[in-house]
Amino acid sequence: MANMAQAIRLALHYGEERLGVTDVFGEDVGPPLGGVFTCTQGLRTAWNTPLDERGILGMAMGIAMTGRRPVAEIQFCDYIFNAIDLLKLAGNACWGSHGDFQLPMVVMTPVGSGIHGSLYHSHSIESIISHVPGWKVLMPSTPLDAYGLLISAIEDPNPVLFLPPKVLLRTKGDELIPGEPEDARELHALIDAPLGDRTQWKPQWPDVQPYRVPIGEAKLVREGKNATVVTYGRLAPVCQKAADELRAEGLSFDVLDLRSLVPFDLEAILRSVHKTRRILVVNEDTEVTNYGEHLLRKVVDRAWGELEAAPVLLAGADVPGIGMAWTLESASVPQQPGVVRAMRQLATAPARETGGFLATPLQLARYR
Amino acid sequence: MPPSTQDSKLEPELQLRLHDLMVKSRVLEETLISMTKSGDGYFWIGGPGEEAFNVPLGLLVDKGEGPAHDYLHLHYRSSAILVAMGAQMIDSIRQMRSVATDPYSGGRNFVNHFSVHAWNVVPVSPTIEVQYAMAPGTARVQKREGGTGITIVNGGDAGAAEGDFATCLNWSSRPGQELPVLILVDHNKYGISTPSTEQWHLQDISKRAEPFGIRRALVDGNDPEASWQALSEAMAYIRKERKPFCLQANVSRLYGHSSSSGAARVDERDCIAEWEGKLAARGLLSEERAKAVWEKYRQEAKAALAQVREEPFPPPEDIWSHVYAETDGSVGHAGRTTGERTEG
Repeated sequence: MANMAQAIRLALHYGEERLGVTDVFGEDVGPPLGGVFTCTQGLRTAWNTPLDERGILGMAMGIAMTGRRPVAEIQFCDYIFNAIDLLKLAGNACWGSHGDFQLPMVVMTPVGSGIHGSLYHSHSIESIISHVPGWKVLMPSTPLDAYGLLISAIEDPNPVLFLPPKVLLRTKGDELIPGEPEDARELHALIDAPLGDRTQWKPQWPDVQPYRVPIGEAKLVREGKNATVVTYGRLAPVCQKAADELRAEGLSFDVLDLRSLVPFDLEAILRSVHKTRRILVVNEDTEVTNYGEHLLRKVVDRAWGELEAAPVLLAGADVPGIGMAWTLESASVPQQPGVVRAMRQLATAPARETGGFLATPLQLARYR
Repeated sequence: MPPSTQDSKLEPELQLRLHDLMVKSRVLEETLISMTKSGDGYFWIGGPGEEAFNVPLGLLVDKGEGPAHDYLHLHYRSSAILVAMGAQMIDSIRQMRSVATDPYSGGRNFVNHFSVHAWNVVPVSPTIEVQYAMAPGTARVQKREGGTGITIVNGGDAGAAEGDFATCLNWSSRPGQELPVLILVDHNKYGISTPSTEQWHLQDISKRAEPFGIRRALVDGNDPEASWQALSEAMAYIRKERKPFCLQANVSRLYGHSSSSGAARVDERDCIAEWEGKLAARGLLSEERAKAVWEKYRQEAKAALAQVREEPFPPPEDIWSHVYAETDGSVGHAGRTTGERTEG
């Protein structure tokens, strides 16, 4: 089974060969390195840029203005802050020109914590980027979804931000990418660049097939009845494990992996809430003006009368950074024990009478 | 002995055409300014005083769609470029009045914020200098795909302090990966109210190109013949060598920064008055004929404004169009996070 980095590489290869991708570029994206997470090794159109994030986004916008399809990488999402007005401009080019210019561009940038990244390699950016209209925002949690979302992103005529979670890039999935060899060692031999001298190396690409995850479609990854858990990215597998753990206590959960954050699958969330009448959103971005608050507000707007417990958000601590020490990191962003506690608390809170006022909001325990 | 038409390298017909388009651009800008004072528009920003440089530029552009032709990444003082390329006065008047018929933004953007896909004029940004970061992108495609199309990017002296200017110099000049970009600096001596001498040690900003190995020049942007010559040479070099060139034009800013500073006429060199003097001395343009050119465009602008006043503003529901491009290029759908519109 491919890991997520390999899945991204396979999708980009498919994009180069079949979908008209003309340029895959960014800092250390071309040979010899092929990306600090190896996502771009061996790609025909990959090239290295200066260390200049504004230049990278500007280059992508310029290429896209010609109708060509670029895929740019910002090495870590933590480096994108100096380029935020270019994100704004990419997002408003179509609207501001009343449809005269479209920008069919993809920007990939790995997000989130979990790699001992401390202050500047642990950021989450979905709350900020969801404030930049005109973009679509995708975050996979499995290699197959990464493959299918990236292909959809490349085919989309709009700017799309593709946000693989850093900590999941080396994680293997349990589903084969169409065309991928069954033996992971074989895939490794075919497409992973060797250590040391790579000047003579060329990848042997498997004949991967098209597979698309529709933008805007969540995936129900666990089914249950006691509460709905909406999550994405690093915390999607964590919430699944938490749901599995709580089965022993007789509690069951719908776990929705959102996959597409902008636009998002409100109907899937409402279908689930209609069944469970309780909702928890779990992410690791800082808590104040958190993207998850928007999800909850939409649920309150649409399903207020159905909720039998206060809707809750488990998010990152509102502190300026994530500390290097593991004790600090795990106190800053949700970890599995804290997710389990939050899910249990929500599922077992006394029900209010539906249609009345909400009970006192739950005070969630912190993360560890 | 009076000077003869032989004093110029430009054909008499072209000299008069430059005059005609310079006047047309000036009348257009003065009309737009008057609209801020007659209640026909809100905010004005534009380029009166840059006609002697921008009209030649517009005439020298290889106009068309796609990488075989020139791309233009412009700032908001570029109306004379568009007029010389063939843009209609009435369309700028429409954008100034923010009516639905505004072809550049559908009533969404400030005046002089063009977007003309058919001519490779990419959307003009109200924030300065960002266009310098995008220009290498179109130029990279042009270099790769062959042909003689180039990318033209312009901006001001004040904006060149932003990092995107350095981005453009660097990304256009990497060894073996040079890009066909004409990097222009329109030096009007001010950033809003702050004199350039208070912002820069350097007054010829094209000198910044030197350490990047980029050829450069400085031209009197109030002189249309010198501008024509400098632009022709720079463009010929870029078209042939597929490498960048940096050109600074020293220009006037005849109505201040924008309507935020009152948009009142200031005492600076006026390139049209100077050019009319030269053309008269060469026996090419009588005072009467010059007046007729001004009158022709004033009448056109007046009629255009009268027509635009009858045109509708965009309907409120139009805010939802083009949030996204659709696969088939049709009107974008609304409600980006939910697939539904937010009412009210």
